[in-house]
Amino acid sequence: MVTANLAYLIPLFPLLAFVINILFGRYVKDKACWISVGASALSCGIAWPLIVGVIGGTTYHHDFAWLALGGVDLKFGYLLDPLAATLLFVVTLVGTLIQIYAIGYMKGEARFSRFFAYLSLFMFGMLGVVISDNFLLFFMCWEVMGLCSYLLIGFYSEKDSAANACKKAFLTTRVGDVGFLLGILALFTLAGTLSFAELHDAVELNRDSQLMITVTALLLFCGTIGKSAQVPLHVWLPDAMEGPTPVSALIHAATMVAAGVFLVARAYPLIEASAQAAQVIAIVGTVTALTAACVALTATDIKKVLAYSTISQLGYMVAAMGCGAMVAGIFHLMTHAFFKALLFLGAGSVIHGTGTQDLREMGGLFPKMKSTAWTFLIASLAIAGVPPLAGFWSKDEILLAAHQYGNLYYYALSLTAFLTAFYMFRLFVLTFLGKPRNPDIHAHESPKSMTGPLWVLAVGSILVGLPGSFLAHNWFQDFLNRGHEVEHPVNYTVMITSIALGLAGIALAFLLYRGGLGMGEKLARSLAWPHRVSMNKFWIDEAYAAWLVRPWHALARLLFGLDAKVVDGAVNGTGAGTLGGSRVSGWFDKYIIDGTVNFIAAFTQFCSDIFRLFQTGFIQNYLLIVFAAVVFILYFGIR
Amino acid sequence: MIIPLEHVLLFSLILFAIGMVGVLTRRNAIGILISIELLLNAVNVNLVCFSRVSEDPMAGQMFAFFVIALAAAAAAVGLAIVVAIYRTRNTVQTDEIQLLKW
Repeated sequence: MVTANLAYLIPLFPLLAFVINILFGRYVKDKACWISVGASALSCGIAWPLIVGVIGGTTYHHDFAWLALGGVDLKFGYLLDPLAATLLFVVTLVGTLIQIYAIGYMKGEARFSRFFAYLSLFMFGMLGVVISDNFLLFFMCWEVMGLCSYLLIGFYSEKDSAANACKKAFLTTRVGDVGFLLGILALFTLAGTLSFAELHDAVELNRDSQLMITVTALLLFCGTIGKSAQVPLHVWLPDAMEGPTPVSALIHAATMVAAGVFLVARAYPLIEASAQAAQVIAIVGTVTALTAACVALTATDIKKVLAYSTISQLGYMVAAMGCGAMVAGIFHLMTHAFFKALLFLGAGSVIHGTGTQDLREMGGLFPKMKSTAWTFLIASLAIAGVPPLAGFWSKDEILLAAHQYGNLYYYALSLTAFLTAFYMFRLFVLTFLGKPRNPDIHAHESPKSMTGPLWVLAVGSILVGLPGSFLAHNWFQDFLNRGHEVEHPVNYTVMITSIALGLAGIALAFLLYRGGLGMGEKLARSLAWPHRVSMNKFWIDEAYAAWLVRPWHALARLLFGLDAKVVDGAVNGTGAGTLGGSRVSGWFDKYIIDGTVNFIAAFTQFCSDIFRLFQTGFIQNYLLIVFAAVVFILYFGIR
Repeated sequence: MIIPLEHVLLFSLILFAIGMVGVLTRRNAIGILISIELLLNAVNVNLVCFSRVSEDPMAGQMFAFFVIALAAAAAAVGLAIVVAIYRTRNTVQTDEIQLLKW
């Protein structure tokens, strides 16, 4: 197990890269990217042999006492089980590819080294989350990711929109994280352990306190709602697209937001033990998937479409978790990481080539950006659920689970699948097909360092679904479910429906948008009301502004007023009082104390002025006085 | 002929008064010294005079000799001071010497 302890190094390499880049950024300058990429590559180099070991049947686990709390030791350590190995594979591979891509994308940016420093710090946080073996360490690394998310969304902090977006993201996820922290405390109270490995047994022991289990599970799920942008805390993710595109791809599509799903998977024993919690999770996931897909239909910013698509897909994963199909959720997480990262990087390539993010100005880019277009097409097919690409297999698993869990969930998720196919191909057609709509844009293909990762991810998007398909005898599911024999039912009705819905969506998108924007606009006019709902994102931002932000601002203003009037008033009053007191005291000092002293002095001087007149200096005057005195004394003395 | 005591005392008083006026009014330091001699001599006369009527006549006369001796010493010291003042201030007029004035 000596070599396995190298697992501690996996997150530490990116941390080292962060330290170098943040402290010595001005010296390494353009080489910053190679430090970060190198650190990620080293992490890969350590992680992959371990992953192979996990696939071979071992589970690596090591911990050490970090803090003794009374009789209980809080332990830190790593746990590499199939779940962690899956995530580790995705994060190291996608993370490294996206950093390579970022070399080309961020070329010539100011604060180049700082960007890579943040990316490395993020990698540290994410890898820490993945390999940590308990909720506390998980939470710490989780917060590191939150910080990086904040820093990177606000990377162009001179733009107001970016500054606001990062603030919004940080505050919104914080709401969820408070719940998460409370959940950890509740779990510690309930089970007396925070370790993932002991969680299952601990929950079995406390089976009787059903209410507590439900509350704990839901509190932990709050973290997911915040981080994975589930309704009602999803509002930060679309705004998070203000960050540089590689960041959107890495943090806000492929890895960090998926960490919420990973959290649910880690807390799965709790959710299995509480049907109510599972149902809440399924409902939240389904509602998120459907509403986000509806909003994605009308978005005109290429990154916004992808952001809502991400929310929708995360909803899919969460819904799968709630429906009791943890494996399907993780499977979709893995496939989604590949094709969504690819979509974002493709979008970044398009933005890099055209200089605009607005779909209405694009069009006809296919011949100019061949690599980008082809890889984008592959990713779109994957997310639309066209077999045998990755998305099909994982989505099919989730639909199957939903089908078994409840019809309503199944219909909602199927509808989402249709909408997903539609908006993705609306995006694809508007971007790459048709005629260029803005003659001022002269698109060009991106450099090799950008298209290279695109192709690797495209291959991934095609292949990563296969281990979980019936073609490979559901190897992936058995891998995650190690030790438990499970049935792998194949439901051809569900499968064929899902294929049909995907193809229908694609066909409809081609039909509507092949000739440009005209048909779509006509349709929007005839369906004015639903179009408005979608355009305005269900007015959720507005609702927050009206019912949360405004009262909060009012409260803040009230408290500010209170501060200004009462607290400052008290301080100023004290100041003024002291000043007045000192004036009185000063006056007293000056006129009474000093006055007395001066009076005594003046009186003495006055007397002296009189008495010194006797001091004539004439010796005879003195003698006369002496004589007179003697006569006087003799006269009265003798008498 | 025995001069009556009253006459001698009266003479001594007059002599003392003349000396006193001299001491208080003379401006010249030498004059003052001379006047002091007058005062002392007035006292001597008094002493001698009272010694005649006292039970121990020698005491008064001895006292007078002491006074004469001391007067000579005092006059010497006084003259020395006057000479010293004259050397430093070029005058012996007391109204011009006001070192003790405020």
